[in-house]
Amino acid sequence: MELQHINVKLIARNPGDVDFDRLIPVFHEWIAGQIFPGLLLDIADYRHVHAGPGVILIGHEGDYSVDNTDGSLGVRYNRKAVLAGSNQDRLKQAARAALSAFERLEAESRLEGELRFNGQEIEVFVNDRLLAPNSEATRTAAEPEFRAFFERLFRSREFALSHNSEPRRLFGASAKSVHPFSVAQLLANLDS
Amino acid sequence: MKASNALWAERLTGKLPESLAREIDAFEIEIELRKQGKVEERVFAETRLRRGAYGQRCDNGQRHNGKNVQQITYPSGSLTKGPNTMWDAPGMQRIKIPAGGLNAEQLETLAELAEEYSDGIAHITTRQDFQLHYVQIDDAPSIMRRLAAANITTREACGNSVRNVTSCPYSGVCPDETFDVTPYARALSKFLLGHPDCQNFGRKFKPSFSGCSQHACGLASLHDLGLIAATRNENGKEVRGFEMYVGGGLGAVPYHAKLFDSFVPVEELFPLAQAIARVFARLGEKKNRSRARIKFLIQDLGIEKFKEIVLEERKTLPFDPRWTEYIKDAEQFAEAPLKPGGELPLIAPVGFERWRKSNTRAQKQAGYVVVTVTLPLGDITANQLRSLADIVRRFTKETVRTTVEQNFVIRWVSLNDLPELYKALEAVGLGDPGAGAIVDIVACPGTDTCKLGISSSRGLAAELRKRLDEKSVEIDESVEKLHIKISGCFNSCGHHHVADLGFYGVSRKIAGYAVPHFQVVLGGEWEHNGGSYGLAVVAIPSKHIPEVVERLTAKYVANRTKGETFKDFVTRIGKVELKAALEDLARPPADPTDRTLFSDWGDPREYTLGDMGTGECAGEVVSAVEFELAAAEREVFEAEVAFEKGAAQQAGATAYRAMLDGAKALVKLANPNITDDPDRIVAEFRALYYDTQKFWDPFAGGKFANYLFDAHAKSNQPYTSDASRYLIDEAQLFIDAAHSCYNRLGTSVSV
Repeated sequence: MELQHINVKLIARNPGDVDFDRLIPVFHEWIAGQIFPGLLLDIADYRHVHAGPGVILIGHEGDYSVDNTDGSLGVRYNRKAVLAGSNQDRLKQAARAALSAFERLEAESRLEGELRFNGQEIEVFVNDRLLAPNSEATRTAAEPEFRAFFERLFRSREFALSHNSEPRRLFGASAKSVHPFSVAQLLANLDS
Repeated sequence: MKASNALWAERLTGKLPESLAREIDAFEIEIELRKQGKVEERVFAETRLRRGAYGQRCDNGQRHNGKNVQQITYPSGSLTKGPNTMWDAPGMQRIKIPAGGLNAEQLETLAELAEEYSDGIAHITTRQDFQLHYVQIDDAPSIMRRLAAANITTREACGNSVRNVTSCPYSGVCPDETFDVTPYARALSKFLLGHPDCQNFGRKFKPSFSGCSQHACGLASLHDLGLIAATRNENGKEVRGFEMYVGGGLGAVPYHAKLFDSFVPVEELFPLAQAIARVFARLGEKKNRSRARIKFLIQDLGIEKFKEIVLEERKTLPFDPRWTEYIKDAEQFAEAPLKPGGELPLIAPVGFERWRKSNTRAQKQAGYVVVTVTLPLGDITANQLRSLADIVRRFTKETVRTTVEQNFVIRWVSLNDLPELYKALEAVGLGDPGAGAIVDIVACPGTDTCKLGISSSRGLAAELRKRLDEKSVEIDESVEKLHIKISGCFNSCGHHHVADLGFYGVSRKIAGYAVPHFQVVLGGEWEHNGGSYGLAVVAIPSKHIPEVVERLTAKYVANRTKGETFKDFVTRIGKVELKAALEDLARPPADPTDRTLFSDWGDPREYTLGDMGTGECAGEVVSAVEFELAAAEREVFEAEVAFEKGAAQQAGATAYRAMLDGAKALVKLANPNITDDPDRIVAEFRALYYDTQKFWDPFAGGKFANYLFDAHAKSNQPYTSDASRYLIDEAQLFIDAAHSCYNRLGTSVSV
């Protein structure tokens, strides 16, 4: 099966500490500097919404956000444009984008270290219900891809993979590594 | 663009209503033709607008980053989807929901689309529509197909067409209604959708239905076609019909609808609507968009002449069986409950009682209530939409509607179930109290996403909401029920004219820099279908608006007489005193290094244009022009005061004088010796600013200059009450435009 429009979300360690007022100027600066591959366009602020998408840096090829969906804060990349290559290539691209954003946010002095990766939890979604309906069949077909990806990312098989089986939700998986990793380590693992 | 777009077309073949399927297929072909350069961009723009695919801020390929303008180079290069509108730029998709009525499956569909094509949020508008933002035009056909599969259309959601037919969301369950208008609203919506007589309008046309005249729910007075349920006795039998109003509308200059007929029998509703549409299409303005709404046609003709023409047109219409074939069903239409009515259980969860008081209202059917689900800024997440679908399935027969206050209502909730329903809502963040209260602020998208936005209406609304929420327990009962409504510009999408505290975005200069402001609009009334329209009192920097709310509400609490409404309080105290209470907030900060005012709520970018100057010479000229524009603005206020005292002639003449003085202030930049001769001022203004398009608003074009030219042409005529009322609004907008023009000129004072 072809996986497109992949989302990767890295769960934050200390969700209550994040001051979004400080985040918004950082995102504006990212737009001004066009710091990532792909066009960065605008900011959508949904802090007022319960367990929502938080603050989104809207891009043309993909969006970056500090996302609070399901009340779980994390840095998320949502790939919007179609991407060539294999499923592993596409998973890597989305993961690299999310990790790169998180790396910058961790280093951002204005956030004073408020936003940190928890080191272990990563969610992956496929934001296209026709390509990947949230069904047992999809799970069977996609699980080997997800496992191969996380084995590469975590450099081991010591992680647990779980799925939200609610059929109306986006198909995806949550991986929890036994061992903690830094963002830099995960980026290095992706590239090696 | 989604990888699955072609697959959706295949998957849904044969599963859509045929007329909608044809429409969407045609639109997809138009997209391809536009990409091949075979459709002119203006034609394509109207084509997509009539399918609800709207532009969004920065879609011209430019974005101001607070320091300079950045060019955005999209992958599709110079391909456009309309004049100055880049193909790849994200846009907004509006989705029509006739009478605001939805079922659970439709909520789930909207959730999927928000997640897959937008930013995870569905936004409810002040016309009971939904909007999805940051949508790619290439994805629009898939969105439309998936909506059509759920029996929802985007057709004629924008453009010069019949917009969503709105209706009182309590219709059918309200104890005060005459009868349930829901089936009539739905039937009229269906009848007018794509109707050949509705395809040649100069501007949009908005109908609404209301079950009664005393509440605000249908807002008949501010619609092009406002219908209020009425009955009369004929030979001992109660006969249904409508009190029909025409020519209302907010927009830059709000008009109250005029009574067309105090009783139109239901059999005549559709033919008369059709005849009105034909007359509007035939006689309405087409070239000058700023005078193309039907309200201007009715103003020019007079209601009696308009009515005469419509009734003549009515006689010429060939019979259409659709005029009456729905009526039997409509008369028998009734929603049913899922569960028997009941009584409120004695044990309730924490927070329930406060929520119950503000967010429920008794139905006319014993044992049931209507529940309002308040949405902050009209926004709801995909997960919340799915949860709401579950909730309405569990407790009702999926009887849920959107409201013009950007909320949902769930109808037919048995009192027995109320605590459980509250718990279910609360668990997914939909159990906030304060429905219809001061904290339940209405705001249009403003500068967040709208191309026309001047100030951040949503940023201000979020800030006010946060502050009011924090002190909600201290808020005086009299203040609790006030309505705050905010528009990002003069166009009134946020309904600021009918609020107790209305605000609309304008820009002003302070110390040579553009500063986001809001005009404070007082004297409006939400009740009685939007019973009266407020007028602008003073422009205040955005960052000071929370203090405006603080002061005005405190003054109201301290000085109101027993039972006095805010509108009556404003009338009694007078705008002179209220303006005086706010004027210090309009002044520049005492500390010149304080930059607080120079950015807007929720947006840290400096609210300036890159070409703003700080030179000494320019500074002096700025002061002179600004001083004179401020004087002109004072004259508008004097006109307003005169109008409220009933001196229509004086009010009209003063408003006209204010426009002349505003124009003169700008003319002086080129000709310091300009005299007070009105003909001379208008002629020079026309040559210097109108003919050169320097006064033209980037989106409204020459609209505001035309206000001056019209006022000058009619300056020898007496001012009626209506005419002076309109002229005051026009004068204020002209002065706002003069400020904007001057801001655009920046340091370049040579005109």
